[in-house]
Amino acid sequence: MTNVLVCIKRVPDVSGEVLLTEDGMSVDARHVGFTVSPHEECAVELATQVADATGGSATVLTLGPSDGVEQLRSALAVGCSSGVLVEADTDRFGPADVAAAIADVVRAREAAGDSVDLVLLGNDAADTGDFQVPVRLAYALDRPVLTNISSCEVDADRVIARGDGPDGTEIFEVPLPAVVAVLEGGVTPRYPSITGRMKAKKAPIDIQTPTVEPRGSGRVRLRVPPPRSGTVEVLGQGADAAPAVVDLLVKIGVVSA
Amino acid sequence: MIIVLVEANADGLTLFSREALTFARALGDRAGHAVQAVVFDEPTDAIRQQLGEQGVALAHHPDDPRLSDYAGASWAAAAVDVVRSSAAEIVLASGTPRGNEILAHIAARLDVRMAANVVQVESTDPLVVTRQVVGGAALEDMRLDDPIAVLSVAGHACDPQAASVAMTTEVATVSPTLDERDLVTRVMQVEQTQAEDTSALTGARVVVGAGRGAGGAEGFTDLLELTELLGGALGVSRVVTSLGWRPHSEQVGQTGSRIAPDLYIPCGISGAIQHWAGCQSAKTILAINTDPEAPMVTRAHYAVIGDLHEVVPAINKELRSRRTG
Repeated sequence: MTNVLVCIKRVPDVSGEVLLTEDGMSVDARHVGFTVSPHEECAVELATQVADATGGSATVLTLGPSDGVEQLRSALAVGCSSGVLVEADTDRFGPADVAAAIADVVRAREAAGDSVDLVLLGNDAADTGDFQVPVRLAYALDRPVLTNISSCEVDADRVIARGDGPDGTEIFEVPLPAVVAVLEGGVTPRYPSITGRMKAKKAPIDIQTPTVEPRGSGRVRLRVPPPRSGTVEVLGQGADAAPAVVDLLVKIGVVSA
Repeated sequence: MIIVLVEANADGLTLFSREALTFARALGDRAGHAVQAVVFDEPTDAIRQQLGEQGVALAHHPDDPRLSDYAGASWAAAAVDVVRSSAAEIVLASGTPRGNEILAHIAARLDVRMAANVVQVESTDPLVVTRQVVGGAALEDMRLDDPIAVLSVAGHACDPQAASVAMTTEVATVSPTLDERDLVTRVMQVEQTQAEDTSALTGARVVVGAGRGAGGAEGFTDLLELTELLGGALGVSRVVTSLGWRPHSEQVGQTGSRIAPDLYIPCGISGAIQHWAGCQSAKTILAINTDPEAPMVTRAHYAVIGDLHEVVPAINKELRSRRTG
């Protein structure tokens, strides 16, 4: 029976141009929707799989604004059974602060008799891309941590995890409790069913306020990189453009004349 | 002192590690720091020569059989020993999966900030770095004012360049203090059979890209022929791997590989941020797309407006006919 805590982050769903707030300290998300990163969708899927396979539970946690309930409900619709919202201004929280706040939640649950055997997270957040919350969380909890993991399963008191390394697929076996950071590519996140959505509406969400005094991320400002100068040169339309394309390949030097 | 953690393969230092060494040297020149390296692999003659070309006079080699199987925690423990004994002010590595993992362990152990995917140095006193966020669609200036600065260099943030004065690199073997607890996360087994090598993609001179416009798993024949005719590698957008048309190892983008070829030919790729994050370092981009307003087309240097299933076979035919003359 493995109790899994999976951590997700509400991020702006930017697919085109990024706009910044006037003070340059945040992404202006007024005109876009919100989502979680593909890594985290896979972490939620793995949390559900582990909970199902072991007869345990999957709890989903997010740290951020109250609107993060939307992302919690999405995870609750695909198999997580309860949610935790740690309500905080993410702009004031650096990765070490986020890790400390999650560690507090884990310790409080364990003190109350609810074990947290496996913590799953995405490898990096889609917006801040810090690549360190899972590792810092593991240090805060004094637990082993794996990152860059594509798939994992629990066998008795160990987690067996796989990830792509420089020489092939690497296999790890780590004793529980542990922290695992997930990369997309190993599992396919399921779509929510109608009953899943109904359950998600009624699932309990525990709203908490962090006691961590944040040190911040060190952000000075955000900037949008300057667009590439120059305009695109259209070589032609359809198949007729082929000779012009090959001329260009010769000019660049990737094809010899 | 700047300490650079380098990675190697059978050919010597990886391209990403040579980029990180060049980045470190430029930072060191500005801030008045020498650059030293930490080499976990056996420091072969080839590695020593490459370090020398990068102006590195001293390389530390943690020598302990327990480090032969990779574990982020144990390699970080060994690196922290070097950082402390050499009184380093800055620790950096390339922002590869292992690079970011080891640096995160080091930052946690030293209780200092870490900046991931740095592309340039804004100022050295105080140290303010610019790094990629939102998958490279935005940049963040971040202050690293702890006693030790930890940062990873974004892949292809700079080209590797030899130092004006080459060094003869001395290798200092160090015996790290390792805790048994740092070894529990070591790699237990490597399955070569399922290995999907991404280095051919990340280091390719020419990459042919394919997106939703490929139309299906069977829609890659012409694209693969073009890839072969150009001696390049195939890279695909996230939608292609999500739909199961091609393996995840071929994905270019925020959650895939970063490429920096001389020429990138994205075919039927609209150019969402997710994908742009991985291909924006390409020196020349030739987009093939039916939509002249697609972001990939407007950001490209060159474009052909048309269906890839008509354009690509025509290019292949033209290449073959010129080849046979």
